Amino acid sequence: MRLHEYQAKRVFADAGIPTPKSELASTVEEATEAAESIGYPVAIKAQVHVGGRGKAGGIKLADDAEEARAAAGEIIGMNLKGYEVDRVLVEAAVDFVNELYVGVTMDRGAGKPVAMVSTKGGVNIEEVAAEDPDAIAREHVDPAFGLHPYQARKAVYDAGVDREIAGDVASILSTLYDLWDEKDGSDAEINPVMITDEGEVIAADAVFNVDDDALFRQSEIAQLQGETGGDDLETMAGEYGFDYVRLDGNVGVIGNGAGLVMTTLDMVDHYGGSPANFLDIGGGAKAGRVRNALEVVFADDNVDSVVFNIFGGITRGDEVARGINEALAEFEEIPNPVTVRLAGTNSAEGMEILNTDLVTVQGTLEEAVQRAVADAQEVTA
Amino acid sequence: MSVLVDEDTRVIVQGITGGEGEFHAEQMIEYGTNVVAGAVPGKGGQEVHGVPVYDTVNQAAREAEADASVVFVPPAFAADALFEALDAPLDVVVAITEGIPTQDVSEVYEQLRRTDTHLIGPNCPGIITPGETKLGILPGNIFESGEVGLISRSGTLTYQIVDSLTQRGIGQSTAVGIGGDPIIGTGFIDALELFEADPDTEAVVMCGEIGGEDEEEAARYIAEYMDTPVVGFIAGRTAPPGKRMGHAGAIVSGSGTGTAESKIQALENAGVPVAETPDEVADLVEEVR
Repeated sequence: MRLHEYQAKRVFADAGIPTPKSELASTVEEATEAAESIGYPVAIKAQVHVGGRGKAGGIKLADDAEEARAAAGEIIGMNLKGYEVDRVLVEAAVDFVNELYVGVTMDRGAGKPVAMVSTKGGVNIEEVAAEDPDAIAREHVDPAFGLHPYQARKAVYDAGVDREIAGDVASILSTLYDLWDEKDGSDAEINPVMITDEGEVIAADAVFNVDDDALFRQSEIAQLQGETGGDDLETMAGEYGFDYVRLDGNVGVIGNGAGLVMTTLDMVDHYGGSPANFLDIGGGAKAGRVRNALEVVFADDNVDSVVFNIFGGITRGDEVARGINEALAEFEEIPNPVTVRLAGTNSAEGMEILNTDLVTVQGTLEEAVQRAVADAQEVTA
Repeated sequence: MSVLVDEDTRVIVQGITGGEGEFHAEQMIEYGTNVVAGAVPGKGGQEVHGVPVYDTVNQAAREAEADASVVFVPPAFAADALFEALDAPLDVVVAITEGIPTQDVSEVYEQLRRTDTHLIGPNCPGIITPGETKLGILPGNIFESGEVGLISRSGTLTYQIVDSLTQRGIGQSTAVGIGGDPIIGTGFIDALELFEADPDTEAVVMCGEIGGEDEEEAARYIAEYMDTPVVGFIAGRTAPPGKRMGHAGAIVSGSGTGTAESKIQALENAGVPVAETPDEVADLVEEVR
C-alpha cells in the first residue's frame, strides 16, 4: 500500500522528523486560504501516485495569493499521467542550500533491510543507483537488532554529509528505520532532505509504502487506504479479494495462480493480442468467486473478449465448470464472448459439463488464447 | 535418486488440525508420503487421519523421529511456526503459507543462515519426488518419475509445464516450488546446486518470473558451475512496471530491474535456451538432453 505524500509526512512528523508546515486542500478556495495562513512562498503539490510530478506540472510555487489561486486552479482537477488530481498539499517552500537522500527498504537479494544515505538528493535515486552506485552509502541491518546508532552514523559519514548536520541526518535515518520496522514498511524514503543555510534539516518529500501482507496488524495505516483513491476496477477487485491489475488491452484474462495468469497474458501478447487485465481468482474457485471475477472483467469497457485459464491442481475441473455455468447463467446477456480452458484434475469431466451455449471450450492454453484474441479482433474490426 | 526428499523422509504437518492442513495431510498420505506426526499447540494427543498430533514441533520430531515438516499455519503465526521448525531441528521445512509479512520472513531468513535446514518457500506449492513422496499441495497425479529436475517460483505454472512434460513422456526426478515471495529460503542457485550433484537428474527446467534478480544470478551460476543442461522459462513478459502481479515478489521496479527481458537475456547469455510458451519447454528439454 502506497501512502500519499501528505499521509507519509504526517506519519514522519508524528515520529519527530522535521517537515515543512503544510495543509491539505481539495478546492482552490481551501488552497488559497491554506497558503495565506502558512505564509509565502508556498509549494502546491498534487497528491497522486505518479512519479515525476514536478516535471508533469503537478508541483508549482506561489509567492502571493494570486499566484496560489492560479496554481491551485491549474493543478486541482488536472489529469496527471492518467490520474485526476482531487487534492493538493499546500506547503511552506523551503529555502535550501543542499539536498540529501535518506531511505530504508528491504534488500530482497540479501534478505534483510538496508538503510541508505546519499548527498545526491533531489533527483531520481534509482538513476543515481544505476549510474553512480558509490554515491549511495548502504548499511544492511540485522532485523533482530534493528539499525544500531553507529550504523546510522556510518552511513551518514560514508555518504560524505557535512559534519555540522551529520548528527541530525543520522537521527532522521534512525527514526525512519524505526518507523519502517514498526509499521511494516516496504519502502520509506525522504528525497530530498533539504538543508537550509541555517543548517536546519527538513523532510521536503516523503514516500512510505507498507507491506500489503502486514495490513492485518497495521490498522492505523490500513485506515488511510480509503483516502488513497485509485482505479475503480482495482478497488472493486480488491474488495472481492482478487489480485488484479488493470492493463490497457482488450482481452480479459482470468486464471488461477500468479505465474499461470502472467503466462496467459504473455500468450495473449504472443498471439498478437493485448491483455486487458491480470486477475488471479486463487485456488478452489466456486461459483460465487467465478461470478465476481467475471463481473470485474466485464465492468472494464475496454474488454472485448475473455479467456478463462484454469489449471486444476487440488481444485477440481468439474467444480470450476459448474461455477462457470452458474455464474454465466446469472447474466441476462453475456457482454463479451468467453473462452474456457480447463486442465489438470477432473478437467475432462469439467469440459463435458461446461455449457457450450454460454462459452467456447478449448483443450489447450494455446488454442484458448488464440480464440480469445480472434474474438477480440472481430469486435474491434 | 532425487534431491532433498524421498520415500524415507519422515514428515510433520504443522497446522494439521486446520482446514488446509487436514486436507493436504490426507492428500500427502494418499500419495505415499510418510506423514508421521502433526504439530498444533494445544492439540497434542489428538489424531488426524491416523497421525498423532503433538503440542510442539520439537516433541513431534523427537517422538516420531521426523526430519521434515510442511507448514500450513496462517500468515500471522507462520513466522513463529518457522522458527519453531528451525529450532526442532529439521532437515527440510516447506512453508506453504501465502501472505506472511516480508519483515517476518526476513527475521526467519536471518535465523535460517545459522542452521543447516533447507527452507522451501514461503508461498510455495512444495516439493515432490514423483512416485516416492510429496511435501506440499502439488497434485501428484500429473507427475511421473524420471530424470528432469524442475525449479519454479510459481505453482500452477509448474503444473502446466509438468503436465506437458509428462504427456510427452518426460518424467521428473524432483520438482521444487521455491515460492513467489520477495524473500525465500531455498533459491534457484541452492536448488541448481542440488540437481547438479544428483547423478540421476539429466536436465533441469528453471521456471522464473519478473521481480528481483535471482534469475540473473542463477544464470551466472549456471555458466560457471553447471554441467547438467538447463532449460528456462520466464513469466511476465507483458507485466508493466510498478505493479505487483499476484505474487508479492513479482514486481518490476520503477527503474526497470526485474524485467522478463533482463532475465531471458541473462539466461541466454549463459547458454540456457528459454522457451517462449510453456509447451515449448518440453521441446527444449528434448533438444538439450
